[in-house]
Amino acid sequence: MTTPTRTHVTGGIGTSVRRPDGVPKVTGNFAYASDLHSKDMLWGATLRSPHAHARLISLDTGPALAMTGVRAVLTQDDVPGLPLFGQEEQDQPVLCDGVARYWGEPVAIVAADDEETAQRAAASIIAEWEPLAPLDDPEKAADDGSLFRELKIRRGDKEAAGTVVVEGVYETASQDQAPLGTEAGFAIPDGSGGLDLYVTSQWVHVDHRQIIACLDMEPDQIRCHPAGIGGAFGAREDISLHIHVAMLSLATGRPVKMEYDRSESFVGHVKRHPSKMWYRHEADADGNLVKVTARLLLDGGAYAHTSRAVLANAAFFTVGPYRCDNVVVDAQVVKTNNPPCGAMRGFGAVQACFGYESQMDRLAEELGVDPLDLRRQNAMRGGDPLATSGQVIDAPLPTVEVIDALEAIPLPEPLASDDPRLLPGGTGLTTPASKVVRGVGYAVGLKNVAFSEGFDDYAEARVVLTRAGVEVHTAAMEVGQGLVTVCQQIARTVLGIENVAVVWDDTSHIGSAGSTSASRQTQMTGGAVHAASVGLRDRILADFGGDELRNDGVYRAGERIATIDEICAEGPVEHLVRFRHPETHPPDENGQGDVHAGFVVAAHRAVVDVDPELGLVRVVRVDTAQDVGKALNPQAITGQLEGGIMQGVGLAVMEELVVDHGVIRNPTFTDYLIPTFLDAPAVETRIIEAPDPWGPFGAKGIGESPTISSTPAVVAAIRAATGKALTRAPVRPQDIVGI
Amino acid sequence: MDLKIKINGEDWTLDVAPADTLLDVLRERVGTKSPKIGCERGDCGSCTVLIDGRSVRSCLVLAVEADGHEITTVEGISYDGLSALQTLFLENNSFQCGFCTPGIVLSATELLEQNPNPTRHDVQEALAGNLCRCTGYEPIIDAVLAAGDGGSE
Repeated sequence: MTTPTRTHVTGGIGTSVRRPDGVPKVTGNFAYASDLHSKDMLWGATLRSPHAHARLISLDTGPALAMTGVRAVLTQDDVPGLPLFGQEEQDQPVLCDGVARYWGEPVAIVAADDEETAQRAAASIIAEWEPLAPLDDPEKAADDGSLFRELKIRRGDKEAAGTVVVEGVYETASQDQAPLGTEAGFAIPDGSGGLDLYVTSQWVHVDHRQIIACLDMEPDQIRCHPAGIGGAFGAREDISLHIHVAMLSLATGRPVKMEYDRSESFVGHVKRHPSKMWYRHEADADGNLVKVTARLLLDGGAYAHTSRAVLANAAFFTVGPYRCDNVVVDAQVVKTNNPPCGAMRGFGAVQACFGYESQMDRLAEELGVDPLDLRRQNAMRGGDPLATSGQVIDAPLPTVEVIDALEAIPLPEPLASDDPRLLPGGTGLTTPASKVVRGVGYAVGLKNVAFSEGFDDYAEARVVLTRAGVEVHTAAMEVGQGLVTVCQQIARTVLGIENVAVVWDDTSHIGSAGSTSASRQTQMTGGAVHAASVGLRDRILADFGGDELRNDGVYRAGERIATIDEICAEGPVEHLVRFRHPETHPPDENGQGDVHAGFVVAAHRAVVDVDPELGLVRVVRVDTAQDVGKALNPQAITGQLEGGIMQGVGLAVMEELVVDHGVIRNPTFTDYLIPTFLDAPAVETRIIEAPDPWGPFGAKGIGESPTISSTPAVVAAIRAATGKALTRAPVRPQDIVGI
Repeated sequence: MDLKIKINGEDWTLDVAPADTLLDVLRERVGTKSPKIGCERGDCGSCTVLIDGRSVRSCLVLAVEADGHEITTVEGISYDGLSALQTLFLENNSFQCGFCTPGIVLSATELLEQNPNPTRHDVQEALAGNLCRCTGYEPIIDAVLAAGDGGSE
């Protein structure tokens, strides 16, 4: 894009502008969905299945209906429209349809005058179950053909063979996004039979499509509003309580609020797919990759959600950012009675990266070469084909540059102190510093940006000039990442006007912005805001014969020829854009084709201290270098890089959803541990700018890469410290100690 | 049961049930929404408030236990404009979704009262009961250290 940068505007791109929602957030005034309320509102609650797989023999709602203060008790029979929902495939009943297929599946919903009554009423419903054997083994599910999707990739010569071969089996556990705000929703009747909905979401338009189908309503009868949200990370990409809160509000004619507690949140949203991956890497004697063969198995749980897309990412990033002409991948995502899985930051690419980077380290060891040199030697660059799909990368891909930049960051001093706060295990469990072993590990990761495989991916934005300033209208969800800031910066830079406000529109006032996922909003909604701003600016300049727009009007050759009031003499002027990225295509039967719209590469280096006797790990620091295309807001990028690393560290050493016969055994923050301040490694970041061909000002989506290669880097560092194979993430103390 | 408490400098008399938590009363009765519900079992720190200047998890305090005491939420330290620490949170991008921010601002305010020049370890230990899922903690640590260096508050 060749839009000139207006140097006289403050708060434009390339600067670390403060967030427009900053003051409300630090003063406690920012309204999250869970903060919404009205005087006459009811509270909703959900009865859930106590079994991972069971037939519902009978359901007696009588005891709940008999309770004082209960206003509605609804079951699957009360769903007015389509009984099933789902983003990609409509396969999940709104409420239990006679068989519970996962532990915690919603069975009935209640609205009552207060929260406690609603919960007691839900608990009073008598459900009679016939427990069935849960299908909880993904390999058995694969053998049984219980699949959401299978993807085969066949590229190059299947007879090709290398002289140096490493094989391994790798596993990653299920991870919870654990956003600090739980699922919450507020439904308000509009008095004409319709509803306004404020629910924690990453994509209000895809919610809307599913909600109106299940409620059998016209699109304009239900308005889904972007609402304040306490983190997302993929957990809010699929429907949670949306349809339930709407049904209760329609049934009672009253505003209804629902809010999950933490344990209910653990069962109430989709998680990261657990994986098992068989890998075989073959290289020639010089270390050039000759062939990669892999079988990937992801457990999708009970319902489809976004499993198809997650599998595609795992499959197409099986080899990572490396050149290889001969690739065989068999990837499956299976349907079981385990908790349903969907998107979490880096979806699919996270699992594969743990596999291929573990393999690259083993290959380097087998070859007797430096692991980073092996990566540089095989690094994919712009113009190379992606090893799996064969798609030629038509943009710069600075794989070698991120490795070089990362390696140049100085390593920390050796551990020299017996201060227990610096030792693995902290003040509670310590070994002397002399017995602590340090390890350093590296990993590099590749991820696509935006939706792939021919999906009609677009984002709509409207930019409006009023006498009071510029408004950017969008339904794109701000989940904390800073999209609102970037939209402001882009509009300021293009328009030359500093006073820009981002306005959240509901589903009836603007078209879809697409999902806040897949690292896509900076490029997609950012792209829409850029194009709409350019359209608006160029129209104003043409109308007035000007050559520049500024804060106070239109200029020609440095002289003002019209004020903002004059531009808006007949009212606000606006430009609406539906922005699409370059077309992508579904893969052919061999998994070949131009499947993706863009790529981002990042590298991580972890330094760990390990207590080999107790198997405890302290992650000392994690450094990173990442391609960002063009840094629109360097501080916000650093924030994403640091925060994403922490989630990768979590998967490396502590986060694991423990699922036993389909039952989640640790659905609390007491038992499912996420990193705290004391677990925080120091982080140094290096930003590399290799401009994207279609991102606004060359920017790339950057949100997921920090979580992709950080996990294998930490595990590689623990391997370096311990000499253990460590083929599973997270690494547990028993894996290190060997019990 | 009658409850007399001071909330952000204002006297309140409320009729509460014995099982009501301080968090419930603040959010649902008083309408002070900055203490957030993150776990309701003391794990996450999102509901942190100050009782007589000391931080507590308001989900673990029964409302009646606060009888006769003075409660401060983040609204209470913002009436006269932003504190130096809040300004540093803005400058350091110390939050993203912001759900943990009210609790962390209060825990850090307490730390700085007791230890005006904390080290990195002091900050990590003092805030270890407050979870943040977005930032990776680094920019929060930076803001609190900067507040200490400035000898603010």
